[in-house]
Amino acid sequence: MSVLEISGVNKTFGGLRALDDVNLKIEEQTVHAVIGPNGAGKSTLLNAVIGKLIPDNGTISFSGNSMIGLKPHKINQLGISRVFQTPEIFADLTIMENMMIPLLAHRDGEFKLNAWKRSDQDADLQEKAAKYLEYVNMLGKSDTHAGSMSRGDKRRLELAMCLSQEPKLLLLDEPTAGMARADTNNTIDLLKKIKADGMTMVIIEHDMHVVFSLADKVSVMAAGHVIVEGSPDEIKVNPKVREAYLGGAEV
Amino acid sequence: MQIDKFTPKSDMMMLLGFAAAVLLMPLWLQPFGAAYPDLMQRFAIFGLFAIGFNILFGQTGYLSFGHAAFIGVGSYTTVWIFKLFTLNILPAMVAGVVMSGIFALIIGFICLRRTGIYFSILTLALAQMSYNLAYSVLTPITMGETGLQVEASDPRAWDAPLAEGAVPRTNLFGIEMTDFGGLAGFYICAAILIVGFYIALRITRSPFGSMLRGLKTNQNRMSYTGLNTRPYALAAFVISGMYAGLAGSLMAAMDPLAGAERMQWTASGEVVLMTILGGVGTLIGPFLGAVAIKYFENIFSAIDGAVLTSALDFLPDFLVSGIVPVLSLFVGKGWHLTLGLIFMLVVIFLPGGIMEGYRRIKARFSKQGEE
Repeated sequence: MSVLEISGVNKTFGGLRALDDVNLKIEEQTVHAVIGPNGAGKSTLLNAVIGKLIPDNGTISFSGNSMIGLKPHKINQLGISRVFQTPEIFADLTIMENMMIPLLAHRDGEFKLNAWKRSDQDADLQEKAAKYLEYVNMLGKSDTHAGSMSRGDKRRLELAMCLSQEPKLLLLDEPTAGMARADTNNTIDLLKKIKADGMTMVIIEHDMHVVFSLADKVSVMAAGHVIVEGSPDEIKVNPKVREAYLGGAEV
Repeated sequence: MQIDKFTPKSDMMMLLGFAAAVLLMPLWLQPFGAAYPDLMQRFAIFGLFAIGFNILFGQTGYLSFGHAAFIGVGSYTTVWIFKLFTLNILPAMVAGVVMSGIFALIIGFICLRRTGIYFSILTLALAQMSYNLAYSVLTPITMGETGLQVEASDPRAWDAPLAEGAVPRTNLFGIEMTDFGGLAGFYICAAILIVGFYIALRITRSPFGSMLRGLKTNQNRMSYTGLNTRPYALAAFVISGMYAGLAGSLMAAMDPLAGAERMQWTASGEVVLMTILGGVGTLIGPFLGAVAIKYFENIFSAIDGAVLTSALDFLPDFLVSGIVPVLSLFVGKGWHLTLGLIFMLVVIFLPGGIMEGYRRIKARFSKQGEE
């Protein structure tokens, strides 16, 4: 069964067709990679899914509900979490406080004036935070200042924050961009573990090593179109893909 | 890097320390020549104002340049209650806080459509508008330049009428603010300051406080975490507006008159300076900043040429006649120059304000202890 369905989506910026009749179906419990050269429209597509921009026409639906025109926080409440190219965490806060915010949002909804209880006395949430920190292997650092960590640790924290909300779909925008080799491999291992636990994921990625070690299905985008779709092995040998990446030039 | 961990116990110690320091002001301020009630009342009132301002600026990062408008709303409302109903300060202050809360809700709703510098400019514009309205269109309510005053002949519905020509004095269930040489007024301010500090402490440690700090750090992540950011910012705005209204109410309760000059942008700017000078985002910092600024205002503005000349008596005459004119620019009416210098030095060398200075000293001592 498909969780996320994108059909006939168009988006133009001035004269540029950033998305040109894009159709995509994301199946439950699969890892679907979207690849393509720079400017192919991958990030625009992702932004349309999470409500950052509204497509000109077409439909995007999640488990049968239309998502067009919903604000980002409403889309998150449907069960969609997003991991950003640069880890988006609360850099000025401690790791524990970083975990508390998504947990509180998950429990209390988009707004609650809970201004009298102490958050460090909420045993239930503290326990949950510890559980997800353990999952990403960051337990024992909960008083550390989040902004002072390495890129890889920030990514792991961001993943723990997303997972703590028990999303149905995880969107990842170049999850290993700008990472050192060791951090990249750790991140891939963590993503494999999340995949094995049954999470549905959409990954936008440049690094083919990441794509081929995680994806069940790959869609290739070029100039706002989805040009090819198939298993990683099919994509590897597809001549159209080569052409899209190399621009048809002889190498 | 580890961040200081706050436990219920450490917070209780902080609250007790704060309360002791505030309540004992008449004793420990003696050597500084600041232990008279009028000045101590100002310490408490502006401390309360800065603590409330910090809930917005320090926690959420929204810099308002218009909080003096809420001081004005609190003051005018309070004086009107004194005129129409009773000279008891309790209902007057409750009304002042409620009115400034409503006013903050409206102003906040408009200004929070924007963030960053645009938000600051909007608050500044709306506050200046309120200030100019108080001087012009609203003269029947504010009495314009004369200021709103309490008269003996006012029709107070709940009080027995005062004798002709009697001076109307505000009271709290019979205790007049001027009793015990003004100490009654100071201790009422001090009690409210301590309660205000405790509320700010609870807000800071609460889930709501976490959300406000999240808002300051990363609004993007807040949205993509399923949180609606605007009501959080608005709630913080209204709470800090109510603190400002309470401060304005207290001013009117201590000295029952209200004037529009309290609403001017310089007053809004002053609370920003207090917060930064003390330490943005810390609990005690804004209070320390308020005390420091009000203290220096008091000390430096009292010094004039004659005082300088006698203080520099030990120097040769030609030096005195050279130095005094230069130094007098920085004292008396020009004391703002001194404030500006202090502020510059703090921002350049101690961007975290007085509280950062305290932390650095503490860190140095604990390092020496380890060696």
